[in-house]
Amino acid sequence: MARGTGLTNAPGVWDWDALVQDDRVHRLLYTDPAIFDAEMSSVFGGTWTYVAHESQIPSNNDFITTRLGLRPIIVLRDRDGVTRALFNRCTHRGATVCRQAQGSARVFQCAYHGWTFFNTGELSGVPWPDGYATDLKDEQYNLAQVPRLETYRGFIFATLNAGAVPLTEHLGPMTEIIDQWLDRHPGGRVKLCEANRLKYKGNWKLAYDNAADGYHVKFSHRSLLEMENRLKEGDEKGMSFYKDAPDEAPMYVQYLGNGNHFKDKRPNVEDRPGALWDIEGAHPGMEHFESSIRQRLGDRAEIALDLAASEPVNINIFPNLLILGNHIQVLQPQAVDETDSTWYGTAVIDEEDTLEGAVEEVNTLRMRTMESFPNFGEVDDATNFEEIQRGLAAEEDPWVYMHRGLGIPGRVKTDDRGLITAPATDEVFMRETYRYYKELMADPPTLEIRRAP
Amino acid sequence: MASSPDPSRSSHYVTDAYYADLVVDFTDWQADDRLITEAATREACRAFLEHEARLLDTHRFEDWLRQFTGECLYWVPATPRGGDPRREVAVCLDDRRRLEDRVYRLRTGAAWSQLPASRTARLVSNVEPFATATDDILMVRSNFTLHEFRAGESQLLAGWCAHRLRRTASGFEILVKQVNLLNCDQNLRNPSIII
Repeated sequence: MARGTGLTNAPGVWDWDALVQDDRVHRLLYTDPAIFDAEMSSVFGGTWTYVAHESQIPSNNDFITTRLGLRPIIVLRDRDGVTRALFNRCTHRGATVCRQAQGSARVFQCAYHGWTFFNTGELSGVPWPDGYATDLKDEQYNLAQVPRLETYRGFIFATLNAGAVPLTEHLGPMTEIIDQWLDRHPGGRVKLCEANRLKYKGNWKLAYDNAADGYHVKFSHRSLLEMENRLKEGDEKGMSFYKDAPDEAPMYVQYLGNGNHFKDKRPNVEDRPGALWDIEGAHPGMEHFESSIRQRLGDRAEIALDLAASEPVNINIFPNLLILGNHIQVLQPQAVDETDSTWYGTAVIDEEDTLEGAVEEVNTLRMRTMESFPNFGEVDDATNFEEIQRGLAAEEDPWVYMHRGLGIPGRVKTDDRGLITAPATDEVFMRETYRYYKELMADPPTLEIRRAP
Repeated sequence: MASSPDPSRSSHYVTDAYYADLVVDFTDWQADDRLITEAATREACRAFLEHEARLLDTHRFEDWLRQFTGECLYWVPATPRGGDPRREVAVCLDDRRRLEDRVYRLRTGAAWSQLPASRTARLVSNVEPFATATDDILMVRSNFTLHEFRAGESQLLAGWCAHRLRRTASGFEILVKQVNLLNCDQNLRNPSIII
């Protein structure tokens, strides 16, 4: 007897053309719990969604627990090395089968009745099986798992959307930008090294709206800009290039399709080794380790020092992965008005010893440079996100505007590949992202799970 | 170099050896056989930590900075074990200059995360000093709860501190303050106050 899977999304009950317009979006996108619930299926899991970095599960049987939208999942490398995302939900009564943040395990045993699963998702056994008339080998008792998991250069993405195009096709030109970010590192790889973990009482999209926003920097981050330049030594530090006329600076914002966008501040910085290091703000150990690295590497020291300095890019992969500076920032929605924003640090791996023994010193500096923005910048952004959430309680004044740059002839340019480029403070990235968002929400994708190991 | 560089201007003291000592100094120091039971020292430590809490609760950040040595550290690990800060990021790890940066930022009038400023009340308790291999240096463990009220909402932080203190003619000065939040590896809302 066929039984329904219950996986079909609710039919659209919202007028998306009214909620998402060319120049503005409605407050309900940020405040309506029902829209949030729909996003947790249509967006998170409905499109390719970042779930983990391969450096978190380097060996067979390694796992982390996380979530895909609100679904608890275990992302792991199984006993044969296959990367999987298992639903962390016992098929018997629904309890989570893994309660650790990370670890290594060949099996997961539910703490409630002892049902036990291999890390392929397959049910390995239950206590007193002779009490069941049904065949426990039936696939329906295996852990559910995400049917499609693909990795691009260490970034593991998942989708429940059977019709999604392959990940690299979905990322499109974004792959080149990820390549550039990784290829500045020896071996083209990084590994995660703990995180600055923040939470704000606001909708997850407030952080995504901010991700390529060049308009807020001078205002939201005024305290950081003043702090970084208080000692007035050498070049202007950090994001000082935002302070006068950011739209006239060579940096730009770019939209690359499927909700993905890119803020490229590299053109503001001189194209020479050491230029990034020269604008890096003061941080613990800076002078000592710089001097030590210079002694060790001589005229190659700048290459190493630049690796400790922040890469001036924001690479934003919808809906939840923001690669910026040397961080891998991940957005995890908790509720319509609560979001976790985790800034994973990344460390340099130098297996070929291209840095001639300096990698440990580079990483020591890099840990400290990475702590700067979450401590002195992101806290102010997060406070502004919370204040937006408060402001949006005003029902009769529902619009959030994103029309900066819209309608100005010659300001926004589209090239033959369809990439859209605009000056740094333009909100075109937001307008285009909401166009993609509207497609997902207005025509929810069909979602599937898999039970075959 | 004729004189040692000013740690408020440049950071020469945070070396690999400094980190290595830090990791050793903050591992396995809470041994019962090193607990100081002498009442006067225990009372002096308790009074010092209560004073420090009052400086922070009353936003006397510049006075608070003066409790530290020149070559000091303020460290809030992001893992319960503290880890090795050369290999992992911390919630914060401030040397002298960055600690002054932190206070400077709060005083700019544009640190939106502290406008309005948090009102805080710290309860410091379970103060236990421990002897170290160096006569004039103590390690002090204390538990804390920190009630924070800001922008109409309250939150509670809790955990324990490890202060590495040096005796001076007039009392103590702080070499290192390590703050161990119970939820250090969880997502923290607006971690913009000095803990």
